[in-house]
Amino acid sequence: MRDVVAAIDTWQQRGERVAIATVVRTLGSSPRGVGAKMVVSDAGNMAGSVSGGCIEGAVFTACQQAIRTGQATLMHFGVPDESAWEVGLACGGTIDVFIEPLGISE
Amino acid sequence: MQKTIYTRLRDAITREVPVAVATVITGDDVGAQVLIQPDQAVISMLNDTALVEQIHQDALAMLLAGEQGIRIYGERQIFIETYPPPATIIMVGAVHIAVALTTFAKPLGFRTIVVDARGAFATGERFGHADELVHAWPDEALQGRLHSNTAVVVLTHDPKLDDPALLVALPSAARYVGALGSTKTQAARVLRLRDAGLNDAQIGRLYAPIGLPIGGRTPEEIGLSIMAQIVAVRNGKI
Repeated sequence: MRDVVAAIDTWQQRGERVAIATVVRTLGSSPRGVGAKMVVSDAGNMAGSVSGGCIEGAVFTACQQAIRTGQATLMHFGVPDESAWEVGLACGGTIDVFIEPLGISE
Repeated sequence: MQKTIYTRLRDAITREVPVAVATVITGDDVGAQVLIQPDQAVISMLNDTALVEQIHQDALAMLLAGEQGIRIYGERQIFIETYPPPATIIMVGAVHIAVALTTFAKPLGFRTIVVDARGAFATGERFGHADELVHAWPDEALQGRLHSNTAVVVLTHDPKLDDPALLVALPSAARYVGALGSTKTQAARVLRLRDAGLNDAQIGRLYAPIGLPIGGRTPEEIGLSIMAQIVAVRNGKI
C-alpha cells in the first residue's frame, strides 16, 4: 500500500474515483507476493502491480467495473504450466486478487 | 474499502506506525473490513463482536510476527494484511563501527537510529546519513521503539551503557540483538545479565561476539560482518 498512496492522493485531488486490487493468495511461482497492490482510477490511470504484467489487463477492467458497481470481488487467475504462457501467467502459478472500490463518503 | 478505514490506514502508513486491515473476501459481508492497531479500539464494519475480537487477536499476533494472509472463520475467508513498522537498526553507541553500519544499512532497506547520550560522539557531522540521532540513555531511547522488525546493535564497549540497553532489548520483541565484545567480555556479560534477572532464553538470543566471522579488523569490516548477520537473521538463515 505504501507504494500506491501517492497515486491515490493525486487522483482523489482531481476528483477521480479509485479501486484497489490486492494479491491475497499465491501458489507456485509468482512475481508479486501477497499484499501487492495495484490501484486504478475511473479516468483510466493505474499504479502499482499485482503480477509481472500478465494479469494487469484483466485486473484493470475489473477495477473499472468495481468503481461503477460499488461491489468488491475476488478474482482467481491460474493455469497449468504448459499453457501458462499463452493464457497469460508466464510463471505458471495461481494468483487470487481481491478487487474493491475505495469509498468516497463516510 | 470505506473512507474511514482508508483514512486511518493511510495515516498509519504515512506515520509508519503498525496497522492491520482484515477484509472479508468470501462468504457473507464480502468487502467488509476491520482495522486493527495495537493499543487502540478496532474500527469494524462487522457486527459480530465475538468474530471481531477473534480477528483482532489474530491480526495483532500476525502484526508482531510480520505475517499476512488468509484465515478462515466459519463460512468466511478473511484476508489479514499487516503493516509492521519498517525494518530498523538501532545502534547503541555512536562509535566508528556505527558510522560504517549506518552506511551499509540504507541500501539494504533498513532505517537507522543511532543512540548515544554523549554529544561528542553522536554528531550530525558523523551521522548525517542516519535517519535519526537520539541523545539519550539507551534504556530510555529504546522504550517504544522495539518491535519484530527491529535489530538492536550494542556497540559502546562500556557495561554501564551496554547492559541497560540489553536489559531492555533482550526481553523485547526485537528480531535481533547483538553486542560487541570478545568471548571473554561476553562470558562476564552473561553473568551480569543473569544477576540482573534475565533468564537463559533471553540471554541465549544475544548475538555475541557480534557479526559473522569474516575476520573483520577495521570498523568498516566489522560493520559489514554485523550487517551480514542481521541480513542472515532477516532471511531466516541463522
